[in-house]
Amino acid sequence: MTAYLITNVSVLGAAPTDLLIRDGVVAETGAGLTAPGAVTVDGTGLVALPGLVDLHTHLREPGREDAETVETGSRAAALGGYTAVCAMANTSPVADTAGVVEQVWRLGREAGLVDVQPIGAVTVGLAGERLAELGTMADSAARVRIFSDDGHCVADPRLMRRALEYVKAFDGIVAQHAEEPRLTEGAQMHEGEISTRLGLTGWPAVAEEAIIARDVLLAEHVGSRLHICHVSTAGSVDVLRQAKARGVQVTAEVTPHHLLLTDEKAVTYDPVYKVNPPLRTAADVAALRTALAEGVVDIVATDHAPHAVEDKECEWAYARPGMLGLETALSITLDVLGPRWDLIAERMSRTPARIAGLTEHGHDPAPGAPANLTLVDPAARRVIEPTELASRSSNTPYARMTLPGRIVATFLRGEATVLDGKAVK
Amino acid sequence: MIRHLLSSADLDAGTALEILDTAAEMATVAGREVKKLPALRGRTVVNLFYEDSTRTRISFEAAAKRLSADVINFSVKGSSVAKGESLKDTALTLQAMGADAVVVRHPASGAPYQLADWVDGSVVNAGDGTHEHPTQALLDAYTMRSRLGRLAGLSVAVVGDVLHSRVARSNVLLLSTLGAKVTLVGPPPLIPVDIAAALAPGAAVCYDLDSVLPQSDVVMMLRVQRERMNDSYFPSAREYARRYGLDGSRMRRLPEHAIVMHPGPMNRGMEITSEAADSPRSTIVEQVANGVSVRMAVLYLLLGGNNR
Repeated sequence: MTAYLITNVSVLGAAPTDLLIRDGVVAETGAGLTAPGAVTVDGTGLVALPGLVDLHTHLREPGREDAETVETGSRAAALGGYTAVCAMANTSPVADTAGVVEQVWRLGREAGLVDVQPIGAVTVGLAGERLAELGTMADSAARVRIFSDDGHCVADPRLMRRALEYVKAFDGIVAQHAEEPRLTEGAQMHEGEISTRLGLTGWPAVAEEAIIARDVLLAEHVGSRLHICHVSTAGSVDVLRQAKARGVQVTAEVTPHHLLLTDEKAVTYDPVYKVNPPLRTAADVAALRTALAEGVVDIVATDHAPHAVEDKECEWAYARPGMLGLETALSITLDVLGPRWDLIAERMSRTPARIAGLTEHGHDPAPGAPANLTLVDPAARRVIEPTELASRSSNTPYARMTLPGRIVATFLRGEATVLDGKAVK
Repeated sequence: MIRHLLSSADLDAGTALEILDTAAEMATVAGREVKKLPALRGRTVVNLFYEDSTRTRISFEAAAKRLSADVINFSVKGSSVAKGESLKDTALTLQAMGADAVVVRHPASGAPYQLADWVDGSVVNAGDGTHEHPTQALLDAYTMRSRLGRLAGLSVAVVGDVLHSRVARSNVLLLSTLGAKVTLVGPPPLIPVDIAAALAPGAAVCYDLDSVLPQSDVVMMLRVQRERMNDSYFPSAREYARRYGLDGSRMRRLPEHAIVMHPGPMNRGMEITSEAADSPRSTIVEQVANGVSVRMAVLYLLLGGNNR
């Protein structure tokens, strides 16, 4: 196993030091380390972070390998500084059985670029009618702990209650895609001034807020853990703030695009900006940024959603919702939070690892810690070129934007997955 | 002149008035024995229709033919990508055929914007989803001006399903640009959120038709689609007609000079009674005739007929 000596690197913004990585762990830290036979990585000017953990990734395999595969998505993740991603269940077939989650888990192992932790569906076929075999998925080789019908809301309150209760038996957590389906029939974008002007059916903020309000009450009632996917509105932040103040065991994520972009982007009718939940207003963006800094929203999760060209180069109403995120998430978080490295590590690595139960991830680079880490060049600025991304798809909303920060290297259990800004395999 | 006509917002007052003035000249052609001008001879106009709309297609076809353009009608059945060739592939086909103008009707809001990115010719939005229908607004403005002699300062009530109406959106934008005062009237669920901020800061909203009529120079009744009837926007067709339909007694609340408009096709007995639709105040048939003149003017100006 190759040893790596990272010299003169700033761990989470602290004074520069050397890091020796050997046998899958951070073996030693300190100035002036020597390690014969180790590959030296010049860390001058770089910041070392615990490897990022994404709680919300669509890898599209099985079913839409034309848009992404576990391997191409893993490569995109590693290049984005991730060492673990949680793969959403809305594949084809749906990840609602032990067989499918084990397949995804195995594909992740074979790719070997990040730890791929499958998420299991809450209901059979994401149909929202009856529970999938949650315990069997939990007991499988994939050891599923997060369950989500993401893409669909578990709208039936009775079913949601039962799911929240049931997963307590194996310390599971339900991740809710909060969208009241009757309030969003035919919805195309945020309901507001822009949707009125564009004649696109509105997706009202209340459709998200009403489900979050209901579910925090349900979680409180049954004493279960609840996670809210891609929170997008100021009203949702208010609901979460109150629930957390009462002690409800709820965590929440925000996507990079909801931290940066607004519904104004829809005015060209370019479906690259179509996403679910939709881009909201500047006031929502401001509330989400504050909530992320304060911890009312616990983590940044990408909702990385690759789509084939023909699913995006079409009429807005017919386009699939979703945008790429893995390779740009750190840059946008850095842009939004500034170089507050401890906060970034908390929101993008430690907390998501804790929510997901990924005990090997989310540890700061210190002696004895698993060597899952990434090196960032905070001074670099890069122009996003869709065709240069490692994802098999190119539906990034940041095309030709200049973003701060660049991932220089990523290590998974001591093995380099990215060096010199390039994927090792 | 602008290159495409995708939204009434593309038109400033000067451009809009140029179109209306040009339409007035074009209208004289309709009175001639030979209803034809050579202006667009050798130019190709494609009518690309993804929705059945015989009225609008015939109007554009007549307009293009009176200007001596070659007209190709391209009707696409079905509305989703799953059902056939993509809009982009169709656009590339039209591009290869050398279309100078593409007149597009499409059930998806915004489709003409994408088409405009993919073809070199001019794109005319002939109605896209619940977004806009700018030539309808132009022919409505033309009709108001020819009946009432002016547009600036007119009070126009637009009544009915504003939420789903491309006619309403285009009219609010254009009439506001031309100095008219627009009031949107309908049951609250059919008035979209933030409509004034979205389209025209001067636009007003009122839920009481009877209070609006005495101050209106124009009342424009919008068609209520059948599929709205069972979707809780209002309780029943009967209640809708009672509260928001234009009948004879309501019509008599209008000032003496006021006119009654409807973009067609009408649901007689629903949003408008026959007494109102067939009265001397009604401009409904004139609107159809004016549609050809206005579309002639739009094609003529977009294709640079005035520069040759």
